[in-house]
Amino acid sequence: MAFLIASSPHNHNKAETSALMKLVIYAVLPGVFAQWYFFGWGNIIHIALAITTALTCEFIVLSLRSKNKTKNIRKQLFDGSAILTAILLGLCLPAIAPWWISVIGAAFAILVVKQLYGGLGHNPFNPAMAAYVMLLISFPIQMTSWQPPLALVNIDLGFYNTLTTIFTGFTSEGYSVEQLRTSIDGFTMATPLDTLKTNLGLGFTVFETVENNIFTNNLPSGLGIAYGWEWINIALFGGGLVLIAKKAIAWQTPFSFLLSLLICSFIAYSISPDSSASTLFHWLTGGCMLGAFFILTDPVTGATSVKGRLVIGALAGLLVYLIRTFGGYPDGVAFAVLLCNMAAPLVDQYTRPRVYGHGINSAKTPVIEEKNSKHGETK
Amino acid sequence: MEPIIERINQNKFWHFHGGIHPPEQKTLTSSKPIKQLPLPKQLIIPLQQHIGRQGDLLVNVGDKVLKGQALTQSLNPMAVPIHAPTSGTVSAIKKSVIAHPSGLSELCVFIDVDYKDTWQTREICQDFTQLSQQQIINKIASAGIAGMGGAGFPTHIKVSTKPEINFLIINAVECEPYITADDLLMCEHSEAIVDGIKILAQLLNPAFILIGIENNKPQAIKALQHATKGIEKINVCVLPTKYPTGGEKQLIKILTGKEVKSGSLPIHSGIVVQNVATCFAISDAVINDIPLIRRVVTLAGQALTKPQNVWALLGTPVSHLLEQTGFVNELNDTIATPQVATPSVTSSPVINPPVIMGGPLMGFSILNELVPIVKTSNCILAPSKTEMPSAFDNNSNEVECIRCGQCAQVCPSQLLPQELQWSAKAKDHQQLTKLNLFDCIDCGACAYVCPSQIPLVQYYRVAKAEIRQQQQFDLKAEQAKARFEARKLRLEKEKIAREEKHKKAAAARKAVLNKKSADGSSASSAVAAALARVKAKKKAQQQATSSSENTVSELPVTSNKATETNNESQVASSEKQAHKKSEQKATPIKSTDDKKSKIAAVVAKAKARAQKEREQDQHLTVSTNEKVTTTTADTGDKKSRIAAAIAKAKAKKEQEKQKASLSVNDSEALTSFKSSNKEST
Repeated sequence: MAFLIASSPHNHNKAETSALMKLVIYAVLPGVFAQWYFFGWGNIIHIALAITTALTCEFIVLSLRSKNKTKNIRKQLFDGSAILTAILLGLCLPAIAPWWISVIGAAFAILVVKQLYGGLGHNPFNPAMAAYVMLLISFPIQMTSWQPPLALVNIDLGFYNTLTTIFTGFTSEGYSVEQLRTSIDGFTMATPLDTLKTNLGLGFTVFETVENNIFTNNLPSGLGIAYGWEWINIALFGGGLVLIAKKAIAWQTPFSFLLSLLICSFIAYSISPDSSASTLFHWLTGGCMLGAFFILTDPVTGATSVKGRLVIGALAGLLVYLIRTFGGYPDGVAFAVLLCNMAAPLVDQYTRPRVYGHGINSAKTPVIEEKNSKHGETK
Repeated sequence: MEPIIERINQNKFWHFHGGIHPPEQKTLTSSKPIKQLPLPKQLIIPLQQHIGRQGDLLVNVGDKVLKGQALTQSLNPMAVPIHAPTSGTVSAIKKSVIAHPSGLSELCVFIDVDYKDTWQTREICQDFTQLSQQQIINKIASAGIAGMGGAGFPTHIKVSTKPEINFLIINAVECEPYITADDLLMCEHSEAIVDGIKILAQLLNPAFILIGIENNKPQAIKALQHATKGIEKINVCVLPTKYPTGGEKQLIKILTGKEVKSGSLPIHSGIVVQNVATCFAISDAVINDIPLIRRVVTLAGQALTKPQNVWALLGTPVSHLLEQTGFVNELNDTIATPQVATPSVTSSPVINPPVIMGGPLMGFSILNELVPIVKTSNCILAPSKTEMPSAFDNNSNEVECIRCGQCAQVCPSQLLPQELQWSAKAKDHQQLTKLNLFDCIDCGACAYVCPSQIPLVQYYRVAKAEIRQQQQFDLKAEQAKARFEARKLRLEKEKIAREEKHKKAAAARKAVLNKKSADGSSASSAVAAALARVKAKKKAQQQATSSSENTVSELPVTSNKATETNNESQVASSEKQAHKKSEQKATPIKSTDDKKSKIAAVVAKAKARAQKEREQDQHLTVSTNEKVTTTTADTGDKKSRIAAAIAKAKAKKEQEKQKASLSVNDSEALTSFKSSNKEST
């Protein structure tokens, strides 16, 4: 009677990587919904395109890598990591960017950034952010053709019109992307971060920019910070909190990231309130919450130790602030993430926790002293 | 000291890093009393059941043994004897599979049970406080008690240590899921356990005694609190349930806030930890003179129809226990009926579901049903497939690590399991040691939480084994090297001694010969000189052939010089030849540089030394020769007088030359030897 042999431990908490990925995907959905509400169908179409491309690329590489293991490929293909990358990428793109932007981006993310480095768990850079940066550098016009929130667009931008704009560059009525980007009062629209940067460059104060800009205020559903964007960020923040509560991500990175951004913006604001945006503006515009809860917390490319995560988060916050304030690009989350990815192995190296029973040489003497003193007492 | 006790009295404890909360599953067995089992047909008792050495056998095949009779004995302190758990006949002493993760076979004593259960004579001790320390320690040692918590460290070693003990910690935590053996032992035998603790207290005289117990054993806590009432020294510390609180180092941290320094034992910080079952065994041994022949074993898991705790005699095959608790073979859909399967039945080709010795997190799956219960087996776990799929699934569901760091969060040693895993896969032993792999306690918490389902502990186990093997290999190589060096040195010494002996003999012979020839006839001396020359030549040739590179170049030179010297004084010529030999010997060193040079260097060194001694001899011979020649000069032979003068001059010259060349030779040999040494290192 021979028994099956297996190595300990024999039980498991039945957690799976794919379940973890699924949870993250669910958590990002409120953000996707908010984006759909304020900016229309554009991002959903891009997400769909990116998912299709990502899965196709993943399938090609996996089948090249492991032969005759169809079951295995299927499992790896649907482990959620590629889909998550595609969703995050699609979420970052301008809603009316042409279709090939998301296709090229997703293909680059999966093929080059993820699989060429060895696949899941081996990529040094966050695939979505690396692809985003690649697109931003390679196709600056398409990647900055931000459309204003739907409420500010004077052209009806429904699902069909968005689709034709993405695939042909024109709506069914024949409006071009440029026309779509022109707001009611004839200004070409940009993101709030972009506008702020331009206006500060022109000598306006932050107060003037925020007050005078129609898309930040005067609308019932706005919070007066950055119309549309603040709700997307709040939705992503909520999703992130759920992830922390479910222990899918570590709390240290978003915490120290947001804290670092708070400190930087607070210092700048107290020095020069006219030329510095408020903390809340920094927190609730651009890719801040997406970066904090869904990108920087990517375990593969981040730091692994508790201290390391705090360091990486703080570094990212500082970088985001510096790029937003002094850099050439209005938003700096993607760049900050890539720079932090580079720093992560080094940070890990220097933030190793003290192992039990190590580095307690000093603790040994008190024990002896204690003993001696006790000895003295008993005598 | 005081703050620690104050904190404990306030029920405040420290924390250790990490830990997990797996489903406890203790209620399967905790509500039923410990069952007495019928005797099995045969007992298989491994000679070694603990850390340390095995003892020497005291019985032979065919011997009748009584219950409690010692089967082994040893004077080595690290050896723990084993005893016959019941009366019967020794039917065999042979290798059999033991309770070891690798399915190792070790020497076991097979006892055919006679079902009489006859005790050997026992001396029951009425009052253990009358016993001396040494008496108690002897009783513990001869009862064969080893730590019953897991590692099986010989208890008598642990209790006979000298340093002052601050804390005696009784480990009653039992943190692994399913296991309730200690729990029930405490419920049913708390008085005996407290007796055991008292005996330990008498031996160690600790300042405080802390009993660490998890809060999921309310009845055991109550029983212990009742039994320790009125003993001020003893604190029952009820700890929050968390795995692995029962780890020795973790328990120390929780109770005292101190950490045991890596690589040292708790005793070095004045702490002794004993398992609660060991305390019971101690009281049984010291008071009732019952050696360690039985223990409580939890039989649990969904594959058993009647899970329960049982008193199992050491050596009981697992098959007997499974029969008693209704083991359902899920894979074959048959119920293992009692009395059918006997231990002697050879293993069938059918693969049966896994049976685990120990808990689900640290236990190991056993090879077959013949594996016996030993001193450290606290649980036999027979899980169903739904319960522990990973134990059934040989195809691991392992996927790539995504560095989520959950393993590092739960690691009680605060290691970085993910980094260890990469290094283990890359077989980077240096990095593994740097990451403190050997502080891993194999608790399995990391693998339990890993979402990528990587069998981390298995990787570490393999890596640890590899590193240990490498260390042993290195040690062996080191020893072999030392042995080789010693042999080389010895051979060298012998050679030198031999040569010296030969030289002395030759000198003596020469002296005798010269005395004879000194009577007048130079012819005879010429013959002797010629003989010497031939000898020297032969030697030179031998030397030349031995160092192959020099043969061609050196031989003509020697012959040339030999002819030259023909005209010279015979004595001097022979000397010169001898000297040339030494030169010749030194030359090969320069040319070669690899292994040969090493050998050559050693040879050269030896030669140089030999040369030195030889020279001293030559001095002697020269002086004697001079004397001889001067005496011959008195006889008035002109020829011989001239010859003597020449010889004198030559001898002087030669001496100077020798001195100079010797120093050169020496330094040469030395440098080449050094360089070869460097190479070898």
